[in-house]
Amino acid sequence: MELQTTIYIGVGLSFALYIAIAIWARAGSTSEFYAAGGSVHPITNGMATAADWMSAASFISMAGLIANMGYGGGLFLMGWTGGYVLLAMLLAPYLRKFGKFTVPQFIGDRFYSKGASMVAVICLLTASITYIIGQMTGVGVAFSRFLGVSSETGIYAGMGIVFLYAVFGGMKGITYTQVAQYIVLILAYTVPAVFISLALTGNALPQLGLGSNMVGTDISLLSKLDSVVTDLGFGQYTTTTAGSTLNMFVYTLSLMIGTAGLPHVIMRFFTVPTVKDARSSAGWALVFIAILYTTAPAVAAMAKLNLHATVNTAVMKGGDLYAADASIVAEGRPDWMKRWEKTGLLKFEDKNGDGRIQYYNDKSKNEAAVAKAAAAGWKGNELTVNADIIVLANPEIALLPNWVIALVAAGGLAAALSTAAGLLMAISAAVSHDLIKNVFVPDISEKNELLAGKVSMAVAIVIAGWLGLNPPGFAAGTVALAFGIAASSLFPAIMMGIFSKGMNKEGAIAGMLAGLFVTLFYVFAHKGIFFVKGTDFLPMIGGANSFFGITPEAFGAVGALVNFIVAGIVVKMTKAPPAHIQAMVEAVRVPRGSKLVTGSH
Amino acid sequence: MKEDLSSQAYWKATIKLLTNILILWALVSFGAGILFADMLNKIHLGGYPLGFWFAHQGAIYVFIVQIFYYAKRMNDLDVKFDVHED
Repeated sequence: MELQTTIYIGVGLSFALYIAIAIWARAGSTSEFYAAGGSVHPITNGMATAADWMSAASFISMAGLIANMGYGGGLFLMGWTGGYVLLAMLLAPYLRKFGKFTVPQFIGDRFYSKGASMVAVICLLTASITYIIGQMTGVGVAFSRFLGVSSETGIYAGMGIVFLYAVFGGMKGITYTQVAQYIVLILAYTVPAVFISLALTGNALPQLGLGSNMVGTDISLLSKLDSVVTDLGFGQYTTTTAGSTLNMFVYTLSLMIGTAGLPHVIMRFFTVPTVKDARSSAGWALVFIAILYTTAPAVAAMAKLNLHATVNTAVMKGGDLYAADASIVAEGRPDWMKRWEKTGLLKFEDKNGDGRIQYYNDKSKNEAAVAKAAAAGWKGNELTVNADIIVLANPEIALLPNWVIALVAAGGLAAALSTAAGLLMAISAAVSHDLIKNVFVPDISEKNELLAGKVSMAVAIVIAGWLGLNPPGFAAGTVALAFGIAASSLFPAIMMGIFSKGMNKEGAIAGMLAGLFVTLFYVFAHKGIFFVKGTDFLPMIGGANSFFGITPEAFGAVGALVNFIVAGIVVKMTKAPPAHIQAMVEAVRVPRGSKLVTGSH
Repeated sequence: MKEDLSSQAYWKATIKLLTNILILWALVSFGAGILFADMLNKIHLGGYPLGFWFAHQGAIYVFIVQIFYYAKRMNDLDVKFDVHED
């Protein structure tokens, strides 16, 4: 069958499945709409959390980023999984015990203040909307490549489908659809990885394959890759860090506490029946996430090796990578390269006019590599590969059958759609429940509250779509900013709300605002105010990464520290929280007496 | 002397458990995966340099075990201090 037809069938079938589930499980009450009626089994919830969590960035961008970064890419792996330990131990069980629908509701009640709740709503909206941009960019990439349309059309199509789908479902529909999406995306991720691992190392488990020897040799895959990339002037794969060690440290920490503070992930733990289930559910979520996250580094290293092997025949045969006939003839390049060139995500330019493709690091500081390239008559790197295509093009690079490529297309879309639905749920709950019901129209009927939730979803999709068309960077880079915001504002406030009985509203509000402000200030200085191009103000803060060489994506941990410090100072100068609030904190700390999640007060 | 089963004692036991888990959590990720990665890379685990393995694989496995261990120990604490659900 034609590749394009296979892809249409694969993607079409998966969409039909999601819509069928959404219709079967559609929500009737606000409790079903926001918290799936509090009746989801912990393993089911773990799987849904995994799909909710693993976004276009995890599925599409992460392995590509790791392939480019090498060892330093481990910060994404450790950061995005380590956060679950914090979530499971510090937040999830206590928030489940508290028993309300949303994060701002917890902050509002715990800090006995509508103001605190409003600040939380603002933080939540900023984080969720930033996060959703990454999903939209991912949807655009997947659609444009697989359905043969432009990236813009892809984003419009994605907006339409997400809208249909999130409005149908509510939390209950979203949960069960996400279970299906998890299965699609995990198969899509692991099946090609198994094929590729078998082909390169003879080991079917990619996690072991990455640590194995190349087929028919006694050289390990990683040392082979190390020698090829260093010879071509790139940094050594297994040791290159992301900026300085300090930056990698802080970046990892930001992703960890950001993960724990993301409202759409926290919300998932309101859907399980008991506190006990909330604890184990976080563990199950991490198991399902780890299946992808431990495969990703194998995909990254193997795709990188395969890519080099595709354009340079000496990679697999051995011999001189700089030999004249080692680089492949451009005319004879594989079809998948031509297909990706159409999307603009892969570019080839014959700089030295020899009709062959030379792929190397022309900005290398490795003098041996520079000298060899000059001696071979290479006039600059001729192949540019966008990191976002590594996973999507992976099966094509490894020459796998068409159905695998179709599966990956469906998987990429499943990842983006499931996360977008979860985010829209968090946004809609914050607007309709925390703003409209709790602040503006307290006597709103249940029916109108549902309607308000759906309208706010629609508005959020339009904003996200517009930002997706004018994206501030890599899909994963954009997502990392959302983490900074969640890390610097929400996580510290919730944690202090549980672990510090004496924390009062003045401290919490000042802390959140300070954390959010420093983080946004640093990020906007680099990326432009609200990511609008040309409004960056780097000179004002003394140039890029001026704060100890920390990149804006890694700044969330600093913001969180500022939050804790400011809250700690302010609480000393203001009066202690009232006795009934302190009693409430005591009650939240023990599991007994947990009840079904409700929105009432 | 009778063992203290008050809610303060329960909370103290909880904090102690959390602290222990978080120390190991930081050791495998920030320690083995980042700060000591260079040193550990001299040791090999199959084809993996060990520091690289921690950053790309090992830390994740440890995290999973930690959450289930935490869930188990907390459930035991709940029963011991008689604060468990139903």
